[in-house]
Order: sequence, then C-alpha cells, then structure tokens
Amino acid sequence: MTTPSITVRNLTMGWDELILLEDASFDVAEGEVFAILGASGCGKSTLLRYLTGLDEPMAGTVRLAGIGAPTLEVGRPAYGVMFQSGALFGSMTVGENLALALNEWTRLPRAAVSAIVRAKLRLVGLQGSEHQYPAELSGGMTKRAAIARAMVLEPRLLFLDEPSSGLDPVSAAELDDLILTLNRGLGLTVVLVTHELPSIFAVVTQCIVLDRESRSILAQGAPRTLRDESTSSAVRNFFTRNVAKGGV
Amino acid sequence: MYERRPSGPEPAVSSSETPRGDPAQAFHITCAVTDTDPACGAAVVSVAGTLTFTNGAALWETLHAALPGDPQTALCFDLSAVDVIDGGAMALLVQTKWDRETAGARCEFVGASGATAQLLELLDGDASPTVPPARPHVGYFGQLGNRTLATLREVQLFLAFLGSMVLEVGGVLRRPRTANWKDVAPVMTRTGVDAVPIIVLITFLIGFVMAFQSAVQLKQFGANIYVADLVALSITRELGPLMVAIVVSGRSGAAFAAELGTMKVSEEIDALRTMGIGPLRFLVFPRVLALFLVMPVLTLIGDVVGILGGLVVGVVNLDITVVGYLHQTQRALDVWDVFQGLIKASVFGLAIGLISCSQGLITTGGAEGVGRRTTAAVVASLFTLILLDAAFAITLHELGL
Ligand SMILES: Nc1ncnc2c1ncn2[C@@H]1O[C@H](COP(=O)(O)OP(=O)(O)O)[C@@H](O)[C@H]1O
Ligand SMILES: [Mg+2]
Repeated sequence: MTTPSITVRNLTMGWDELILLEDASFDVAEGEVFAILGASGCGKSTLLRYLTGLDEPMAGTVRLAGIGAPTLEVGRPAYGVMFQSGALFGSMTVGENLALALNEWTRLPRAAVSAIVRAKLRLVGLQGSEHQYPAELSGGMTKRAAIARAMVLEPRLLFLDEPSSGLDPVSAAELDDLILTLNRGLGLTVVLVTHELPSIFAVVTQCIVLDRESRSILAQGAPRTLRDESTSSAVRNFFTRNVAKGGV
Repeated sequence: MYERRPSGPEPAVSSSETPRGDPAQAFHITCAVTDTDPACGAAVVSVAGTLTFTNGAALWETLHAALPGDPQTALCFDLSAVDVIDGGAMALLVQTKWDRETAGARCEFVGASGATAQLLELLDGDASPTVPPARPHVGYFGQLGNRTLATLREVQLFLAFLGSMVLEVGGVLRRPRTANWKDVAPVMTRTGVDAVPIIVLITFLIGFVMAFQSAVQLKQFGANIYVADLVALSITRELGPLMVAIVVSGRSGAAFAAELGTMKVSEEIDALRTMGIGPLRFLVFPRVLALFLVMPVLTLIGDVVGILGGLVVGVVNLDITVVGYLHQTQRALDVWDVFQGLIKASVFGLAIGLISCSQGLITTGGAEGVGRRTTAAVVASLFTLILLDAAFAITLHELGL
C-alpha cells in the first residue's frame, strides 16, 4: 500500500433516528479504484457525501491527503465529483458546463478555456458535443460529460456515484474503460459507488462492503479475493448473487 | 464564496505569472531556429519546467510570443525538459500545435517520456473548434407569429387539461373511492390554516385604510356613520374575495406549480403514470378541491377582519360607538352581499388551483423550467382573477343582484 489518499476513522453515519454505520474506519490508498459496495439503501451515497464534504458525519473523521477534512466552497476544489444523475446544468451547453469552474478559478483567455474544455471532452470521448445541451445527450453521454466536468480542475481524486448504473452493457463497458484510463493513464485515485458486478471485476482494485444490519463494514479487500476467499458466506454471496443477476 | 476573487488565485499562481525570464517562473519556453536538427524542421520549441493549468494564462501567452511569426514554419515541440505537466497545460500545447498544423505547418512533439508521454497519448489529436449549430434567424414578425402560436398552444393545452379534469371529476363522482381524499385535508391546512395570519393582516389593513381615507370626505358632510356601509359593502362584495385570492395565488398557486413541476422534471409524474395512477386524480384533484373549499372560509375571515379594521377607524376617528358601527353594518349588509362574495371566492379558488396545477404538469427543462412555470402560474392566475371578477360584476349587475 502506498500513502493513504483518504483516511476515515471511527465514522458514524446516519441520522438520529437511523444509524447506518457505527465506528467504521478504512483507508483508500493513492492510485486505487476504490469501490463502496453494499445492498441498496445501506448508505453508499451518504458515505460518498461525507467523503466529499457535502455532509458531515455524526461522529468520526474523514481526512483527504494534502487537504485535511473535506470542505467545500473555501477554495479551489481539489477533487472532482460526479453525481448519480450527472447533475449537469440544463440551461447551459456541455461546453459551458465544463468552462464554468475554469472561468471561476483561472484567468485563462477564452481560447485557452475552450481548448481545455475540448481536450476534456476528447478525453471522455465526447468530441463534438461541446455545443449540445444536456437534454440532448443520452444517458451514457451525460455521465461522460459529468466526468469531464469533474475533471476540469485537474483533480487527483475523483468521486463517482454509480457511474455505470442504468446504462446499456456497451455504454457501461465503455465507461469502465474510461475509468481505467483515468486511473491508469492519468494516475487518478477513483472512489466509486457501483452495483454492476461486471464493472466491479473490471475496474475495482479495492472495495468495502457495507452492511446496514450490523452497521459495520462487512469486508474489505480486492473484489476477486473477497469472492473466492472470504470466510463470510454473506460476502461471498454478495459477489456471486450479483453475478447471477448480471448474467441474465 | 465570492470573497476569494479579489484575493486572486493561490500564491503559486501569481509567482508563475511574473514576467518572462524571471528565474522564479516555474516554466521556460524558448524557440530556436535550427536548420540542422535532423528530427525536426526549422524551429525547435523547447518547453521546460512545471506546467499546470493554474499558470495556463502565462503559458498561453509565453508560448504564442515565442512561436515564429510565420505560421508555415515547421515546429518541433521538445518536451524532454518538462518536469511536471497536467492535462490542462497539455491541452494548451496540443491546441497550439493543432492550430499551427491547420495553418499548414508541419508540427510534432518530441522527447516526451513517462507521465508526459502518457498524457500526450491521451490528449494529442484533432483540436479543431466545433462550430455551434446555426440557429435559424427569426425576424420580428416571425417571432410575433411564433409567440402567438405558442400562446394558442398553451390555451389549447389548458382546455384539454380542463376537459380531462371534468372527466376525472365525473369519474370521482361515479366512484368516489378512487379519489385521493387523504391529501385533501393536509393541502387545506397548508393553503388555508397557514394562510390565516397573512390574510388577517392584509384585510384588516384594507378595511382600516379604506375607512381612514373616506373618513376625511364623510366628515365634511357629517355622514360619519356611512363609513360602515362603505367598508362593509366593498369588503364583502369586492375586496375581500379579491385580496384573499391574490394572497392564495401567490402562496399556494406558486407552491402547486413548483411542486408538480419538480415532480414532472424528476420523472416522478411519469413514474406515477407507469404505476397506473393518474396525476390528475392523484395530485391535481385534491389540490383544486382544497382551494375550492378553503377560499370561502378565508374570505369570510377576511370579511370579518376587514370590517373590524373599519370599525377601529370609526370608533377612534369618527366618534362612532362600537354598537352603532355594528348596527349600521348590519343594516347595510344583505346576506346575499356576503354570499355572492363567497361564491366568487370558490370560483377564484378553482381557477387558481387549475391554472397552477396545469402549469406544473406541463413543466419541462429542469430547474429553470420549474421557475418559468411557477412565474407563469402566478401571472396567469392574477390575470384570470381580474377577468373573472369583471365577469362577475357585469353578470350580477345585469341580473339585478
Ligand atoms: N436526509 C436523510 N434523512 C434520513 N434518512 C435518509 C436521508 N437521506 C437518506 N436517508 C436514508 O439513508 C439510507 C441510505 O441512503 P443512501 O445513502 O442513498 O443509500 P444507497 O446505498 O442506496 O446509496 C436510506 O435508507 C435512506 O432512506
Ligand atoms: Mg445511491
């Protein structure tokens, strides 16, 4: 393991009336594609909101390497976030969506901004979509555009909420390739939430499995190792049951 | 969050934006014409140091200043001395190379290794600007025509909505159990009970101000007592229903449009329909019914409070006794005066509910669309209220009521 990129200690997640996770600790090492796994409703999106500073945990700490506690709106964001729905601004073109943060945080001339915007769109395979509106994009294109938007401030760390869910298998596989490109080609650390078994085995290097019942992290490790060697049948089932579903 | 602008970007950036040649600068760009270089053509552009998008402005400027004036000159970008480069800075180099290439120059990158080479691999390519699609130009008359057609289409949509709504109500009357009754009471609370404070405040002030303004005139004729007639009649017949309707359309009409509009754009309405639940019966019916029931009650409260506002002025300013004022009010008012105001209020309630909900249901285009439809709901409601009020006045007058 290299230096930890994210350090989570003694985290308690939930609300007064609903505790989802208690006293949980884990690290995300630099350069990983790290997945947060678990049944629907176990708090994956909520955990991602804690890691990105959108919400604060009930107890415990989240530390990002070189940043400290994740805080928003106090400086140039050092990490990119892609929301499950993409959350592109519908009143702006894709290009304008990407240019927004660049114009806010740099004094680049127009031509330079648009050069960077186009480079990011090429990177995600959306060349030519600069002047389209989000409503004119397909589901896969929306997710790509959202990833491109998360990339404009050159983050070293990227958070993706369900990047390949709701996509057809081809688009999902293309998105997996994109994640691999970002991770292996550009060296980004990627933290993602996903349900898709094919993607888990294709891209994820480390994962944690959350369990709502026991309010704990059920298992941590590489997906294949957990599937084949976990002592917990619940964990093995999690990976194999999903495979059966994915195969249908 | 906007304070950070004046303070500028981080120190690292400003130091790299120092003039060219400054030793503190994080990168160096030089351009040397060497006919002898075997790998390249005429000019070698050497890029060195740390290049990031945060000093992109300086990089962009330096790069363009360093390039030879003749765009046809073959260029060789030597990246061997690059220490660190990020995607943004690389995009600027790629763009520059591409621009020169399209101008006819032979260009290439050499000397990239390690991470730089990987980045180059990912980003190098066709960096030509995409042309925005031509949006057809429409002249003034064309725009006028388009707007007119759009308005007519909206009217058509609304009429279709009204028609479906009538069918729904028919369906509910035939099979009352299919209606969404459980939402009626909560909506009545939100639109009725919660509106009482603002209604009380506004109608009290209306009665008060009306009495106050007319007191001056009436005093001159010794007709003090008739302030009671004036306030009672204008509040119950006209101002009570209208003011209440204006408040309700601003409070609840806007809320309905925003609620349903948000549900529409987040595909919740579609989800309802796929579950076999009609949004008209499930969402619109309880809201419209609630307004229909709540409006007369609010108006009655408004009538009473408005008359009290007049009474305060009568007693304090015009030396009328409380009993005398109330007695005069009773003599001036017919039951029908109050009753027709309440009927009017119910009709206003129907109009506000139907217009606001229909605007909500035709929302498209995300958050912006919700805003547009909410505005449209309130504007259309107010416009319709005034029309209905005039129609009532004329009809009642013709009927001699
Ligand atoms: N603001 C909130 N207040 C209370 N409970 C919430 C809130 N947001 C989400 N929840 C609940 O927390 C649980 C986990 O939600 P989420 O993190 O979205 O799950 P998932 O793992 O499917 O992404 C769900 O049961 C949800 O109902
Ligand atoms: Mg989720």
